[in-house]
Amino acid sequence: MPTLLQVDNISVAFDGFKAINGLSFDIGHAELRAIIGPNGAGKTTFMDIVTGKTRPDTGDVRWGAKNISLIRKSESKIAQLGIGRKFQKPTTFEAQTVYENLLMALANKRNPFAVLRYTESPKDKSKIAEIASLINLKSSLNHSAGALSHGQKQWLEIGMLLAQDPQLLLVDEPAAGMTASERRVTVTLLKALAKTRSIIVVEHDMEFIRQLECRVTVLHEGAVLAEGSLDFVTKRQDVIDVYLGR
Amino acid sequence: MGQPLNKNTGRLLDQTIFTKFLFRNPSIMIFLASLGLFTFGVTILGEGFGLGLISTSFVKTLGKTLCLCIIAIAMDLVWGYCGILSLGHFAFFGLGGYMIGMWLMFARTKLIVVEAAHNAVLPPTSAEITDAVGAQIFGVVGGADIPLIWSFADLLWVQLILVVLVPGLLAFLFGWLAFRSRVNGVYLSILTQAMTLALSLYLFQNESGLRGNNGLSGLQYLPGHEDVPQAIISIWFFLGSAFALALSFLGAIFLVKSKLGNIIQGIRDNEARVRFLGYNVEGYKLFVFTITAIMAAIAGALYYPQAGIINPAELAPIASIYLAVWVAIGGRGRIYGAVIGAAFVSLVSSYFTGGQAPDIPLGFGVLRWTDWWLVLLGFSFVAVTLYAPNGIGGLVDRINRSEDA
Repeated sequence: MPTLLQVDNISVAFDGFKAINGLSFDIGHAELRAIIGPNGAGKTTFMDIVTGKTRPDTGDVRWGAKNISLIRKSESKIAQLGIGRKFQKPTTFEAQTVYENLLMALANKRNPFAVLRYTESPKDKSKIAEIASLINLKSSLNHSAGALSHGQKQWLEIGMLLAQDPQLLLVDEPAAGMTASERRVTVTLLKALAKTRSIIVVEHDMEFIRQLECRVTVLHEGAVLAEGSLDFVTKRQDVIDVYLGR
Repeated sequence: MGQPLNKNTGRLLDQTIFTKFLFRNPSIMIFLASLGLFTFGVTILGEGFGLGLISTSFVKTLGKTLCLCIIAIAMDLVWGYCGILSLGHFAFFGLGGYMIGMWLMFARTKLIVVEAAHNAVLPPTSAEITDAVGAQIFGVVGGADIPLIWSFADLLWVQLILVVLVPGLLAFLFGWLAFRSRVNGVYLSILTQAMTLALSLYLFQNESGLRGNNGLSGLQYLPGHEDVPQAIISIWFFLGSAFALALSFLGAIFLVKSKLGNIIQGIRDNEARVRFLGYNVEGYKLFVFTITAIMAAIAGALYYPQAGIINPAELAPIASIYLAVWVAIGGRGRIYGAVIGAAFVSLVSSYFTGGQAPDIPLGFGVLRWTDWWLVLLGFSFVAVTLYAPNGIGGLVDRINRSEDA
């Protein structure tokens, strides 16, 4: 499996506290990966570094076949390179319609002048319709995003990520606040997506991770503690001590 | 007319896009019709071309109000849609006024000087004329030399370019520095206030080359049109302002209805999300900030010839705060709201502060509106913020909704 994202020995400290401490981590093409770890293990900071929100003090993050270094690039540049991010809280543009939300995310030119002149092509319209049916929001295209239920907002955000057409999706706690049936749909959705692109899921919910049936990486104190199948890592004594034992 | 999809008939296609755009936004037709009717009414009632039922000074007040509506649209774009509470847009308005004022004052003084020298035995050399103009304009600040920044004051077209260029560049530089450092929210507002204050204080100095606290005056006279009465000039500027307002309104609606409008509203509501969608948020903010600064500058360039005088007090921070109040009362996030707010509040304000409003005897004293108007305005602002966050525009929404139901 060729490497898509290579995190190489990164460290970052906030006011002396080492949030990430020599973290190394690879993810391949079309791989689904779950990251677990106790609070403060550095899961969110890891995402911040990959997406360009935080700069690591040392180490490097390399991307794609060309091995581009990401650590000096802006958030928008990294997003354009093909890394999408889903926040813990569903963040959509609530004042605007589902259609407009998806339209903004659609992979098109991102500079203000091109955006000002933009008109929807039939191709873009059918792409939006396609995504809307994938995330079960086809009938709500003209509703404002603020009127959606919590679970629907989560899906809309995933739909926006799809419209962006990223090669790597970073998903922060997708199951939080979802009902059991919404969870099942989400699992199916994520698995289907992982066939064509890589996905990293950060999640607390063990049952949800079990359903994903993917490799699991356990973070602790800003470094990788264990990696393997869920059954493998949950049996390890060190993992039980720092995470499950509490 | 069929569907002109052929590339060769691009013009027809453009027309249909334009008519579609009008059709989809009925507020444009309503707005343009009201503005046209109003403009027509004032023109035939004014002293310049019509019945003389409206005094020239009131025509000027109305013309100035139209300019204030333009800057209110700019404020609504930058604040109501993009979420940047700029408390400095009157600085750009004032700068636009200064740029056109330089030409008005210089060209007129030069004409007067040449006229006065007409009967002299020796025809004056150009150096003598320049000296005399310098002494005329800068005598009040104890100088006679023409500062470097007045180099092109004789050329209308250069000063017209400067109306756009100077405020545009200032906004671009300021915005670039502020947005690049991710200055946001109230900190950005404070920074824009500081910019306005600094500019105002700088202009107050005689060394600024713009006549210090005297400012520029005599701007109501058009050089080369001395024989045209003010009654007619006031109508010219009134019509020019109305035209500029119509263009600004159309431009603003086009902007907010485009995909760029979606993006800037996204920035207002959740900046980080827009960033992770791959948009360069700073670039968009800079774009909107600069465009609206230029709109403000053009409004200023139309305003001050009607006001007749500009001085640094016009750029005081309070003016930009009033601007925010107008837009809030009118209803931000809707272009017509900004227009209604600016027109309504500034007209009511000039009524109350102009001394026309009858004082109210209260037994224990007299309520003088000239003193109490600001208090009333302050209370209205608080009331709108608390009870009608969508301002006057919110009422329109409510009417629309009840019609739908």
